[in-house]
Amino acid sequence: MSTALLTDLTIFILSLWVGFEVISKVPATLHTPLMSAANSIHGIVLAGAMLIAVTANNAVGYVIAFVAAAFAAMNVVGGYVVTGRMLKMFKRRPAAPAVPAADGSTNGRSA
Amino acid sequence: MSTFSWITQLLYVLAASCFVLGLHMMNNPATARRGNQVSTTGMVAAIAVTLAIVIHAGAITATGWTVMLAGTLVGSAVGLYYARTVQMTAMPQLVSVFNAVGGGAAALVAIHDYMRLTDAGIHVQTSTTVTTLLDVIIGSVTFSGSIIAAGKLQGVITSAPVTFPGARVINALLAVVVLGTGGYLIATPSLLGLLAVIIAALVFGVLMVMPIGGADMPVVISLLNAFTGTAVAMAGFVINNWALIIAGALVGASGGILTKLMADAMNRSIRNIIVGGFGTGDTAVAAIAGSGSIQSVTADDAAIQLAYASKVIIVPGYGLAAAQAQHEVAALADVLESRGVDVSYAIHPVAGRMPGHMNVLLAEANVPYPQLKEMDDINPEFARTDVALVIGANDVTNPAARRAGTAISGMPILDVDQAKSIIVIKRSMGHGYAGIDNELYSDPKTSMYFADAKTALIELTAAVKTLVG
Repeated sequence: MSTALLTDLTIFILSLWVGFEVISKVPATLHTPLMSAANSIHGIVLAGAMLIAVTANNAVGYVIAFVAAAFAAMNVVGGYVVTGRMLKMFKRRPAAPAVPAADGSTNGRSA
Repeated sequence: MSTFSWITQLLYVLAASCFVLGLHMMNNPATARRGNQVSTTGMVAAIAVTLAIVIHAGAITATGWTVMLAGTLVGSAVGLYYARTVQMTAMPQLVSVFNAVGGGAAALVAIHDYMRLTDAGIHVQTSTTVTTLLDVIIGSVTFSGSIIAAGKLQGVITSAPVTFPGARVINALLAVVVLGTGGYLIATPSLLGLLAVIIAALVFGVLMVMPIGGADMPVVISLLNAFTGTAVAMAGFVINNWALIIAGALVGASGGILTKLMADAMNRSIRNIIVGGFGTGDTAVAAIAGSGSIQSVTADDAAIQLAYASKVIIVPGYGLAAAQAQHEVAALADVLESRGVDVSYAIHPVAGRMPGHMNVLLAEANVPYPQLKEMDDINPEFARTDVALVIGANDVTNPAARRAGTAISGMPILDVDQAKSIIVIKRSMGHGYAGIDNELYSDPKTSMYFADAKTALIELTAAVKTLVG
């Protein structure tokens, strides 16, 4: 077993724990944007797709590199944009941003 | 290690830190948007570093450049188009497609690396073979499984569970093919062997998702999301890239947590789902004598109850999402609020078709997020509530879950029956997913308003307006 594999494994396991800690604090309200943000983040595989383009030297290799880059870029860009679109819709009370919720105050028109 | 490698590795770690920070900032709707931007900054940094590595390596051919840039451009354009145009009701399909392409890309990276090694006749180390196999298997299952899931959500493939005799035998055979060939590949590298594994994994992905019914989709999407992350992390092992390992692990953890939450909320164990297959079991019906009579109510009577309440909790369920009535419910809430009624929404974790889906639909209809309450926060408030308005939610409101011996025993539910009175908008007395009678409907405090969610809400809003003048 090589040192590189051991290092990779250490990083993987610690990242899993960090992930569990951080993500368990995300409220259920935001679980859908969380998933599309996760889509964007696993688009990091674009880095992998770029690196295989370096060693590609035949037709099959080029096709694989092209498809991998397209798939991954779709994740990065699509995931980021749609997450932003959703999060933009999450607003506190439109008129008075500082008012805390659920006190039933007459808030006038709120559309 | 060269200075260049040092710098690139450190920048990858910086990018990964941005991902962690970005996800951390999603713990509050107020900071979530900035969080998304922080993780994207990390992504841009990671891509820039990779570009520098590609240039520094100097080995890339002109065709390589063209393929890389064209692929990135095409993918970005397609992603941008769908991200801009998708309806919020169609979010689960989009996330499924993103899961599919993520898993596919991760598998392709490992496949290409394996091809390069075997073509050049380089000895493939056991650790590389194992991570390649894991990446290719998980990535392929995710790819085909997510496409089927997206098809079911879109209605292209029937959302009813599709089962056929012998499915288990075929699954077992596929597992034998994957494990047998995998074991063989560790001893003898072979591209053909890897191809066999890929095909078996793709078929398995299809067979895994086909038997799943529409109601199980929140679990499936979460699980496939976790798979995608894991596949990306495995790709990181194969090409020895920390950024992929960390980002993949974060997404794997995220998908894992959501899968657990969804499975708990639907009263099923993850083990039962993975090993036993979806949409199976759960047919045992513990019939409870539904002797209580059902009272129905007209729009005008329901409007009177709502208009003169001081506290109303709206309980939206899958039926509301299916009827796309989120704007109508927000309009009713607006009218009630303008009368000084305290309105909030009780959101069960599996309301909607993916984790958190109902919140997005209501946010789109301009419902302020402080009114969207999670199950544990809202449950104590039902006792102080004058009217609970249940729209298209069934099993998640059934008090039978608190008793042992029913199909939903132990399932976390919204304590709707604690409210002083309950109005249920529902198309018919049909059963929910669990196939049992909902005891809430025969409660003397409950009145049933039989109509389609959208029509009912429009009528109710009109009736309240007339009443109030």
